[in-house]
Amino acid sequence: MMSPAPSPSSATVDGPVIALDDVVAVLGQFPALAGASLTVERGEIVLLRGPNGAGKTTLLRLCAGLLPVERGTATILGFDLSTQRELVRPHVGLLGHQNGLYLDLSVRENVNFWGRTVGASTDEIHAAMARMGVAERLADIPCRKLSAGQKRRTSLACLVARRAQVWLLDEPHAGLDATGRDELDATLAQAAGSGATILVASHELERAGNLATRSVEVIAGQVTALGDRK
Amino acid sequence: MSTWKVACLIAVKDLRVERRSKIVTNQVLPFAGITMVSFAFALDKQNVLDTVAPGLIWLATTFSLLILVQRSFSIETDDGALDAMRVAGIDARAIFLGKAMALAVQLLVLEILLLFAAVVFYGESIQSSGAQGPVLAVVLLVTTLVSATCGLAAVGTLYGGLAAGFKGSETLLPLLTLPAVAPVLIGATKAVESAVGTAGAVVSEGWQWVGLLAVFAVAFGIGGALAFGPLIDE
Repeated sequence: MMSPAPSPSSATVDGPVIALDDVVAVLGQFPALAGASLTVERGEIVLLRGPNGAGKTTLLRLCAGLLPVERGTATILGFDLSTQRELVRPHVGLLGHQNGLYLDLSVRENVNFWGRTVGASTDEIHAAMARMGVAERLADIPCRKLSAGQKRRTSLACLVARRAQVWLLDEPHAGLDATGRDELDATLAQAAGSGATILVASHELERAGNLATRSVEVIAGQVTALGDRK
Repeated sequence: MSTWKVACLIAVKDLRVERRSKIVTNQVLPFAGITMVSFAFALDKQNVLDTVAPGLIWLATTFSLLILVQRSFSIETDDGALDAMRVAGIDARAIFLGKAMALAVQLLVLEILLLFAAVVFYGESIQSSGAQGPVLAVVLLVTTLVSATCGLAAVGTLYGGLAAGFKGSETLLPLLTLPAVAPVLIGATKAVESAVGTAGAVVSEGWQWVGLLAVFAVAFGIGGALAFGPLIDE
């Protein structure tokens, strides 16, 4: 039987949520991260900017525990990514170009499924839906019939329901209309206010820059400008 | 959450998705039925049908298995849910067990309907020789269905998960699955032949084939649960 995912120690909870130091990660033969260093505190929204192929998505995948650390040190919530990748995953949510939803199931059924996988109560699941604004009229609609923005919010409700503390978002504004983007920004700001730590890779510099508490630049696999906190 | 509880959540979710989409009832069941009728037309002699009916039931089941497995993993890959489960750190053994359980339920319903179709189209009947003949034959038939279903579901889930990560998974899946399920096809056919008394077969001859099916199901069940994580991670 699988034991519950261990929680980070109290010592590390007080420290940075994400701490990368001179990290190298390889995709095939290609070093997609070549000595990246970055520190992110709880409740921050950090924008990762940079050209295509710079290593933004690789950085997010590494933080999600999907890629091995070849060199350097990396910790997420105090878990060492070199040796504890499996322990990092339950605490992290990665939202890429897809939403990870079951399109034939309703919003409620999707959030319920993801919440139940970590033992969330019915109240907790309803609270997650309410927090993302999908608890009322959208709750019983099949996800296939939702707009792109509504799907994105449902996906974020699933992250909340399964208690993800670190949100890694790859181009979250892609495919959304102006209203959907505004709704998403409000949702992310609210989540960060509630303690979620959010890393956003985006080409929407103006919009994501307004949302972010800090903006960093990724070029050729390195974080070249750490940016100042707002 | 324990692996078993998460597996049950995944199985219930898969069955709920199928109930909503009605792909099984509207497409897989008619496909299996048409296959049975087509065999009846192609082998248009009652004595030939009497001999090959048990094999045809399992052949139709195997073809339908491929569609069920494709469907089972397309709901996971349509919007990246399998990746999301992987990122969420959900135990791969739970994913394997959950998906295999849901597949087994669907297969069991399908097999019962195919047996019914064999009675209607091919005139099959349960072995009735001896005082306890019908009872033993029914026990053999039920045991065969359960053990063969477990084996098919385990193989289907294992190779379905593997193929889901590749381009051209629709064509890759039959190439991987059909050779692997050959022992189930042979064992289940022989066991059902014993249960229905095809060509003078008796019930006692069927149990050795059930043993083979059980070993196959256990081997692929355990092997699949252990291998599934690395397979979907790749």
